[in-house]
Order: sequence, then structure tokens, then C-alpha cells
Amino acid sequence: MKLTGAQILLKCLEMEGVDVMFGFPGGAVIDIFDEIPKSSVEHILVRHEQGAIHAADGYARATGHVGVCLVTSGPGATNTVTGIATAYADSIPVVIFTGQVPRALIGNDAFQEVDIVGITRPCTKHNYLVQDIEDLASTVKQAFYLARSGRPGPVLVDLPKDIQQQLAEFHYPEDVSMRSYKPTKKPHVGQIRKVVKLLKNAKRPLIYSGGGVITSGGHDELTWLGQTLNIPVTSTLMGLGAFPGDDDLFLGMLGMHGTYAANMAVNNCDLLLAVGARFDDRVTGKVDTFAPNATIVHVDVDPTSIQKNVSVHVPLVADCKSALAALQKETEVSLGDFDWKASYGDWVSKVQGWAAEHPLTYNDDETSIKPQYVVEKIYEITEGDAIIATEVGQNQMWAAQFYKYKKPNTLLTSGGLGTMGYGFPAALGAQRAFPDKLVIDVAGDGSIQMCIQEMMTAVCNKLPVKIIILNNGYLGMVRQWQELFYEKNYCSTCMDAQPDFVKLAEAYGAAGFRVTEKKDVESTLREAFKVDKPVIVDIRVEREENVYPMVPAGASLTEMLLV
Amino acid sequence: MSKHTLSVMVENEPGVLSRVAGLFSGRGFNIYSLNVAPTLEKGVSLMTIVAEGDEAIVEQIVKQLRKLIPTVKVKDLTQLSSVDREMVLLKVNAEDSKRAEILRIVDIFRCKVVDVSVDELIIEVTGDQGKIGALINLLTRFGIKEIARTGNVAMKRSMQIDL
Ligand SMILES: Cc1ncc(C[n+]2csc(CCOP(=O)(O)OP(=O)(O)O)c2C)c(N)n1
Repeated sequence: MKLTGAQILLKCLEMEGVDVMFGFPGGAVIDIFDEIPKSSVEHILVRHEQGAIHAADGYARATGHVGVCLVTSGPGATNTVTGIATAYADSIPVVIFTGQVPRALIGNDAFQEVDIVGITRPCTKHNYLVQDIEDLASTVKQAFYLARSGRPGPVLVDLPKDIQQQLAEFHYPEDVSMRSYKPTKKPHVGQIRKVVKLLKNAKRPLIYSGGGVITSGGHDELTWLGQTLNIPVTSTLMGLGAFPGDDDLFLGMLGMHGTYAANMAVNNCDLLLAVGARFDDRVTGKVDTFAPNATIVHVDVDPTSIQKNVSVHVPLVADCKSALAALQKETEVSLGDFDWKASYGDWVSKVQGWAAEHPLTYNDDETSIKPQYVVEKIYEITEGDAIIATEVGQNQMWAAQFYKYKKPNTLLTSGGLGTMGYGFPAALGAQRAFPDKLVIDVAGDGSIQMCIQEMMTAVCNKLPVKIIILNNGYLGMVRQWQELFYEKNYCSTCMDAQPDFVKLAEAYGAAGFRVTEKKDVESTLREAFKVDKPVIVDIRVEREENVYPMVPAGASLTEMLLV
Repeated sequence: MSKHTLSVMVENEPGVLSRVAGLFSGRGFNIYSLNVAPTLEKGVSLMTIVAEGDEAIVEQIVKQLRKLIPTVKVKDLTQLSSVDREMVLLKVNAEDSKRAEILRIVDIFRCKVVDVSVDELIIEVTGDQGKIGALINLLTRFGIKEIARTGNVAMKRSMQIDL
């Protein structure tokens, strides 16, 4: 029996196990929307396409599965670009379906026509314009395969309207074989042996773990490696949660807003084992002085990441999980009775000494509410068992520093692109995946206004996300830079003209709370977390609080400004 | 900075050229010349790209090219012993008094005259950078009116001798 392109698309999604997609309709995808009610795929209607792509991304980060987004041609498609670039920068698997004008009109400046394949070429892992109905099913199959395999990423499929209407026999290919795409997964045995030998001879090893560990599902292997071999672990923003955040060996984040212990450890280690991290400039600071005494081992599934920013002594191209598993096996086989605890004992005490000397801290205060205090309270109340999304800015850094992530996929944050407006819609995606979990968006008063319209999506889909606004009335992170490096020229960063967030929540049918006294923080949070609908908690925090430690952009990691 | 000749096999699908070219422009790499045409293998095209950059940049370019989904194979021919050729058409001033001399040069360089008019010749030359450079040098004083170049095509030699 022949099916239309729209029916074929939905069949493909069912075969991929897609249970939900996020999107917004339009003339160029109306045929697909016509079929959705007849399929098992649920569609969540957002209020802006940026919300759809972030929600699909948040769903993907929280579940580890591919997120799906469906939007119309032209403006619908271009509204997703920020979200696509966000997912691309953090290697998140999402598949984006965009409508396109009928093939006969392509290139004619037709109504709502835009070359979205051209526009998104530099920010997708790959993209397609389906030109023949016979290619539709195999293209969708490839899109999902590409999105999740190798170094994951967003893949866009542009669907001309006439293709959606044409008839064809449905056949979903069983597997994908592409002569040009064969992602390396298994680590090279010789390199693994080399690393184990380096570990054995090292005196001061350090693991620098990144988002790749989470994407590959390698957290158990990482935890084994750190804990069994007694190696301190530091993490990128994207890697938080891959190693238990409450373990004594965990040093917290490194880099610009990293801990003193982490940055000192990088500076002093003699072996740096970088796993699924890409030596981002926010992490390395001045590259020439990064890990100056270390032999650097770099595990990454993407060969382009290796040798890109720093020169690496031992490259290991592999999926992080398989590489860590291979390291575990090799250490057990060749050094089963080696006394790791003793071997690195001095180093671990030294590192823990740094941590004790300069822990993450802030000058707490009884007269005002410190944003760090709020994040600490969120951690205490949830006991670390929530999914935390963040916006971008100081709120993001405090959420990274003062909440201990014990499990992978529990921090959803725009690390690579730093997209304000990401957190709330991403939280909605995660909440849809885990209806019974507490999902919290730690927000700034600036960022939350970028996708606030998704409050309606939250309310009508019963997605009870809790937005905690650390309201400082500033675009705080930019203000911090202006304060420290631009002689306090607070140009365009004061945001004290703002909506009444409590009323705004109520206008949407959500609940709103405001906190102005420190003594009310904890009780209000507890109350808000119990409300069974979306909530905004507007917390008026100390306006000019800064994020510390801070390594000024381009300085060495040891040049930290402390509290 | 040095010139590198990259031989890139790609799936011949729509948009592949802009994917490759976009990779260079998006990263601020400079393309000196680029040549594309189908190969014997069905659906596969060969691009010969001459790019400029220091070793680290070229290493990144090669890796990034490999990362593109439609890329089948990438070789940096610069390290290998290879055959490099470019075809160039030159339209040269050739009044009667100069014509004999130009034809002598054409003969020495084993080029071809492919068009003749009252006071112009179009010359076809094929060769490596050195030969083409030398010819252009010699013809410049007669006045080159127009030039069309294919950009390099290159192929690894079968016998690789350790240098
Ligand atoms: C879409 C976008 N625009 C601009 C920026 C630049 N930027 C980075 S942090 C920041 C301030 C964020 O302010 P707010 O959301 O209030 O958070 P705070 O830093 O005060 O916690 C800005 C403007 C960005 N990251 N994203």
C-alpha cells in the first residue's frame, strides 16, 4: 500500500521509537500535522520555534535519546537556528524537520521560502533537502543514525511540501551503511597500553573530564577509574555529573570560573587525562601555560578535537565509554595488584589541601540574599536529586559551582554557545521525559525573558518546571566584566525595569512567589517545589555579587581572582 | 605558511561543494585553487584543493574535511611524491612583428595555439606551477589580455620514493 510522504515520515518516527516531538505548525508542514493525531507520536506545541528546538535538546540531554523538532518553512525554520547552533556546540543529538516550499518553487523566492539547508550548514552535523519521495525513509533513517553516532549533533531534514503529499511504498531500511561515514569507536590497543604505563609511572595524575563522557554513557567507567586508581577528577561545565560531585576526589570545575584546587591541580599535574573534553578557551585560559608540566593524553571520538587547541602527547580516538572501559580492563589485567592508593597518596593530599585552603565560598550576609546561598539551598532541599537546567550568565556559573551533580544528564546547560533563553524550554523537554522528577531552571532576570513565552507551553502541557530567578536586576555576568575590566561602565546592563514576574506567572496560569528576605528563601523554595504546576520564584538577590574564582580571559589558570 | 595540495574524494551529492568551501571560509582558511570533477567510481567526485597555511592549520583542514559526512577520503599530497598539472588558456597580443617570436616560445614550451586572429593568439598550456609560471613570465612583455586557469589537478605517484 502506498503512503504519502507525511505518513511515511510519521511511520519512520514510530520505527525510531520517537514518542514526542516539539514544534509549531505552518502551511509548509500542515500535511504532517494532519497525520500526527493518527500516529503514536505526541506533538507538543510551543509558542516560538526557539522553544521547540531547545525543548528537543533538553529532552535529548536528559534522556540520552535523540530529540525531535518539527517546524514550518521560512521563519519557522530560521527561528530554530540559535537552538541548532546550541545543540551543535554541545554535541547534542537532535533531528530537526523543516517544511519547505514545493520543489517547483524552490529557488524562486516563493512565499516563506528560505535556504535553510544553506543557512544551517555550518551549525549542523549534516543536513538534507529531500528531493525524491523514494529517498525520504532512508534519509530519515540516516538522520537519526548521524545524530546519535560518533560525535553526536543536530541533523536537519528539509521536506518540500509536494514530497509530503506524494505517494510511495513505505520501506524503512534496517541499517545504515555509508561509505563516507564510519565513526571510530574502539580504542587502539597499543595506545591504551601506553596510557596505563603512563599512569603507572605518574606521580601526579589528573582526570579532566568533559561532556563526551556523558554523551557516551561512560560515567560508571569514569567513576571506577577515578575512585579505584585514586586519581583526582576535575570537570568541564558540560561534564558535571559524570563523576559524583560529592566525592572527595572531585575538584569541581576547572577554567575561568573553576575552583582553586582544580586550576592548581592542572598547573601541577604530571599526567593529564583529558576525556571527552575539547580544551575550550574558557577551560584552558592562556594555552601556553596550560598544564605546563604534564604529559597530555586526549581521548575523543572526534579526531578534529585532538591537537586543535593544545598539543597532545598521546591521542586516543575513541568513544569515551569504550576507551575508559578498555583502560579499566588493561589496568586490571596488567596491574591488578598495583597499589594505586599509595602511589598517588601524596598528590591526593596535596590537592585536597588546596581544596581546603580555598574552597568555593562567598561572603554570606544576613541583610541580603546571596545567589550562591539560594543555589546551596536548592541543593540541600532536593538532596541533589533534581534535574537542573540553567540560563546563561552568573546564574549558570553559580548553578555549576554550588550544586553537586551526582548523576549524569542532570545538568542541562548551554556550554559551548552560551545561549541565554536555553534553560527554560530545555527544562520543559526534560520534564516531558521525566514527568515525576523535579526539574528546576536556575535563571537570571535577563535570560528568562528570552523564552518566557514558553510559560504557556508549560502550563497547558502540565509541565511543572520550577523557575528560580536569581534576580539581580542586571545582565549580571556582563556587568561583572564591566566592573572588573571596563571601569564600571555599566552600559546597557541594568535591567531593573522588568515585569512583575509573580503576576506574569499568574497571567499564564502558573504560580508565582517573590522572596526579598533571606529567612524566606528556604521555606519558599520548599513550598514552590510542592506546587503541582509551573512556578516562578523571583528571588531578589544581592545586586552586585560576582562569580569567583575568576581567571580573566586570556590569563593563566593560576592567575585567579579569589573571593 | 606554505601551499598544500589536498586530494579530496567526496560523494557527489547536492551541496557538497559548498560544504567543502564553507568549511574553509567558516574557519578563515584560504583556498588558493579548487578543482572538481567526477571520477570513475559512480557517485564520487575528486576535488583538488590547494590551500595555504602552516602545518597545524593544514592538519586541522584535513581533519575537518574528513569529518564532513560526504567525504570519502582525504590525502595531503604535499608530503608525497605526486604529479601536479594545471591547464591554462592565455590570450596574448600578437601583432605581425611579434608573432614569430611568440610561436617560437610556444614551440619550446610545447604548448598549443588554439585560436588565431589578426593580432591575438590563444595559447593552451599544461604543466606544473614552474612551467606555467615561466611561460607567463615570458609572454607578459607581449601583453597578456586574458587568462583562464583550471587550478591544479594532482595525483600521487605510484612509486613512492623516500626522500
Ligand atoms: C542570546 C545571548 N545574548 C547575549 C549573551 C551575552 N551574555 C552573556 S551572560 C549575559 C548576562 C545574563 O544576564 P542574566 O540572564 O540576568 O543572568 P545573570 O548573569 O545576571 O545571572 C549576557 C547578556 C548571551 N550569552 N546570549
